[in-house]
Amino acid sequence: MTREETLDKLKEIVKPFIGDGVKFESLTEASDLINDLKINSAHVVDIVLDIETEFDIVIDDDSINDMNTIGSSVDVIIKMMP
Amino acid sequence: MERRVVITGMGVVSPIGLTLEDFSKGLRAGVSAIEKWERLEEMNYACQICARPPDITPEIKEKYFSSLTIKFLKHDGILNGAMAGIDAWTDAGLSLDHVEPDWNSGSIFGIGSSGIDVLIKKYVENVDAKQIRRLGSTMVEQLMNSGVSAYLTGFLGLGNHVTTNSSACSTGSEAVIMGYEKIKAGLAKRMICGGCEGFNDYSWAGFDAMRVLCRDSNDNPTGGSRPMNATASGFVPGAGAGALVVEDYETAIERGAPIYAEIIGAGLNSGGQRMGGTMTKPNVEGARRCLQMAMDSSGIRSEKVDLICGHLTSTIGDAIEVNNWSQVLNRTGADFPYINSLKSMIGHCLGAAGAIELVAGILQMKNSFVHASLNSEELHPEISEVVDRSRIPQKRVDTPINILAKSSFGFGDVNSCLILRNWKN
Repeated sequence: MTREETLDKLKEIVKPFIGDGVKFESLTEASDLINDLKINSAHVVDIVLDIETEFDIVIDDDSINDMNTIGSSVDVIIKMMP
Repeated sequence: MERRVVITGMGVVSPIGLTLEDFSKGLRAGVSAIEKWERLEEMNYACQICARPPDITPEIKEKYFSSLTIKFLKHDGILNGAMAGIDAWTDAGLSLDHVEPDWNSGSIFGIGSSGIDVLIKKYVENVDAKQIRRLGSTMVEQLMNSGVSAYLTGFLGLGNHVTTNSSACSTGSEAVIMGYEKIKAGLAKRMICGGCEGFNDYSWAGFDAMRVLCRDSNDNPTGGSRPMNATASGFVPGAGAGALVVEDYETAIERGAPIYAEIIGAGLNSGGQRMGGTMTKPNVEGARRCLQMAMDSSGIRSEKVDLICGHLTSTIGDAIEVNNWSQVLNRTGADFPYINSLKSMIGHCLGAAGAIELVAGILQMKNSFVHASLNSEELHPEISEVVDRSRIPQKRVDTPINILAKSSFGFGDVNSCLILRNWKN
């Protein structure tokens, strides 16, 4: 799976969690999940569960802490994939 | 000084309709929504009939909720309550879009017990499998007892007192009374009050085991709920939600709100599980005192009561309830008020029952009719002794109603009663 394909899948996972008033089109690798995309911080664990199901991986707690932006989340997913 | 309190908005999720309009049509037509549910047969329930709300489709959900809420909200009791609550709020002409919370509006919104079961199954299974992290972030908000009022707070932007009450089958009526007391005391301008209940494979198993559900009508579902009938053999379970906007009279007038009715009296008490009362059976004296308390606080004479929307579950309790009313009002025979039971059409919606039935009572008062009390052909002898047949309509009666009494009773030996006056705008 290319980085581009991983990014596209992640965008679809994140889509329903994006806060009111934030445009999906504005989402880039640099977008911060909480500060830019206004995602409720409680929902980060739900996004992680959806990622695990979609990519069939397990993300450990330390790696969850690294998932601050869309780009760093893609990095974690790629690292965890076999 | 005590404030006057009125009802300015209503919403229902019921087995006979998901909107006030459909619900009202169902009441007028006197249709039963009770049917056999194959799932109950598969699960080996003795009672295999029930009344469920129409399917809440994804299209309907999209009208009420964000995609994120739809994704996570799996507790159908909360879902029913939230839909009814949002409908009642908009019915009262109130906005959902305010940026700052409405500091003068709060909620007391109750829930019985069912609806939570499916989530608990997931909870227990995941924890037993040592997969706690797979519970995600939305289990607590749905499993906490205040789930329904917590969701409503967010949808409606409420900034006053927000809480959830629970008092078994008295829950829905109790919520409205508690909201009424709050506004009467001047502590809030507006309270959204009601009750809700969901259903699933597990909801009614405990009641089935107690042998309190109807088990003789699996082949004749619409004949199963027979309130006041000599052959009443147990209640038929139901699900749904009822919501009412309870509002300070002057505030309602100021904003030009539509007014359905005025709450003029109420009673809440318990029989203390003494004098024959138990966890599951009312102390007759306690129930009577509750009705008396409501009548006394209303300040109206007993001959003014036009309609009693009873609790009347299709059990042996029906005759006790009718006799209590007869003694409290000191009225018998053809002089007795009209009395009917919505449970004859939609079964017993448990924590939602009082609220749905109160909405039904107010609609009857507003539209000048008394709905049919189905399956009441052969009256219980202790009822026919005190009430004339004509006062328990088998078909709809079109007649003006000025004063309505609504009573509810619940396990734990708890009682509630409301007295309302029709509002002529």
